[in-house]
Amino acid sequence: MLRILIAAITLATTPLLAQETVVVDLSQNRVDITATYSGSEIFVFGAVKREAPLPEGASALEVAIVIEGPLETVTVRRKEKKLGIWVNTDAVEVNEAPSFFSIATTSPLSDMLNDGDRRDYAIGLDYAVRPQGQAEENIESFAEAISRIRQDDGLYSQREGIVNLTEETLFEANILLPANIVEGDYTVRVYLIRDKNIVSDTSLAITVRKAGLEVWLYDMAHNTPLLYGLMSLLVALVAGYGASEIFRRLKRA
Amino acid sequence: MQIYLPIAEVSVNMFVLLGLGGLVGMLSGIFGVGGGFLMTPILIMIGIPPAVAVATEANQIVASSFSGVLAHFKRKTVDIKMGLILMLGGLAGATLGVQIFKYLKSIGQVELLVTLSYVIFLGLVGSMMFVESLNAIRRAGKPGALPKKKKHNWIHGLPFKTRFRTSGLYISVIPPILVGVAVGILAAIMGVGGGFIMVPAMIYMLGMPTKVVVGTSLFQIIFVTAYTTLSHATQNFTVDAILALLLIIGGVIGAQIGTRIGVKLKAEQLRILLAAMVLLMCGKLALDLLLMPGELYSIGAGGH
Repeated sequence: MLRILIAAITLATTPLLAQETVVVDLSQNRVDITATYSGSEIFVFGAVKREAPLPEGASALEVAIVIEGPLETVTVRRKEKKLGIWVNTDAVEVNEAPSFFSIATTSPLSDMLNDGDRRDYAIGLDYAVRPQGQAEENIESFAEAISRIRQDDGLYSQREGIVNLTEETLFEANILLPANIVEGDYTVRVYLIRDKNIVSDTSLAITVRKAGLEVWLYDMAHNTPLLYGLMSLLVALVAGYGASEIFRRLKRA
Repeated sequence: MQIYLPIAEVSVNMFVLLGLGGLVGMLSGIFGVGGGFLMTPILIMIGIPPAVAVATEANQIVASSFSGVLAHFKRKTVDIKMGLILMLGGLAGATLGVQIFKYLKSIGQVELLVTLSYVIFLGLVGSMMFVESLNAIRRAGKPGALPKKKKHNWIHGLPFKTRFRTSGLYISVIPPILVGVAVGILAAIMGVGGGFIMVPAMIYMLGMPTKVVVGTSLFQIIFVTAYTTLSHATQNFTVDAILALLLIIGGVIGAQIGTRIGVKLKAEQLRILLAAMVLLMCGKLALDLLLMPGELYSIGAGGH
């Protein structure tokens, strides 16, 4: 009896802020990588659903959107100078590195969310690569290197302040998937943040797949490699012969 | 116009690939080299994964060599007998080379070995050819100077002698087979056709006339690189058909133009130009080893 009473009191007092939940949708949940694929834009839009009006003096609402590619294990090598030349000396396999990571926010990330949540929910470039149970020395510097190299390749990005939030209710952002992404299941995670704490979150999936000629060639290369190799050779020989013939005729004409 | 490559999994500009193919194909036609020693590093520089660059380049060399060799067949500048013997050695060497490659990969230093062999072989071959052709040009400037008489060296003492009519040689089959094996090994390790080593080896070691060297080199390169392409396609799945096609289209056209330019150039000019190009690439690769790289870390070609 007492326990129920306590529970009832807690329930009544905790939501100092109005209960808020996030509702999100995407312009597309499927990306086809065709031969002419040169990147695509995902339009993320959503709204905040409230059970009750906001109390007076509530702090500003912030939104963070994370799009992440499939997690993979990546071999990272480090060069050192040995006998006057630069050679790879250390190699570390770093697990849980997303093939793609892009984060968009309403404000500078470190101002809007506490570090614990940023780490636990992988919100931010510094937590994009998150090696699990790896004891290697300097694993951090190898994980950072992945983030740095992939930022240079345009695969990892953090764009603060590009999410438009209107009336603390509607928000939208354009997130660019570059031309060099790989196929797989991508996730879109959206977080509502108040007072540096996550108040609501949701996630959606985007399927990135090769399509058309791309998928036909890829499957052939992996399922019937000998046939694929012979076909490649045949194309080479026909092209070589064709060019030779065309030039011979041109010369005669 | 951007195009997404299905195996390399990157998007690149189509015209860059066509242009690269054309340029390298032209050099291939002029000098009788596959051009792999130029193309493979360039492909890696524009962001193609190294494993895909090496395998696909082999496929492209098949096309440009085939296109080039047809032109040489018409001028009867292919020593088929010599080519077949070199090829036998080459296939054996390539098989051995793939095994060496696998072993070095397992001990983790394959990248260094590839770069080092590039620097050493490009450096040696380049400087030898450069000095030789400079001397040749100087000799040609003096009237009345006679070309050196063919030396009668240890090669002529070996057994299994046979006549190579097109080359005008009567030598043992052992040296060509050994040259073929050596080039085959290097070709597999370095991911090239090996023409830049084969051409000077044929001139300086076998004493073949420059006229037939180019066609014969192209002839045997076709077989060795076709073999390499199939090995990569079936074992590593790294041949990118679209990348190959674009490079091939550029390459075969370039090779046709190159073959016609090659005929007009004098042998010494040809050699000094090739030497300069080889040395340039060698210097670039040597600097990569010596200078501190901008990024000390690199992401390995994964795919476990």
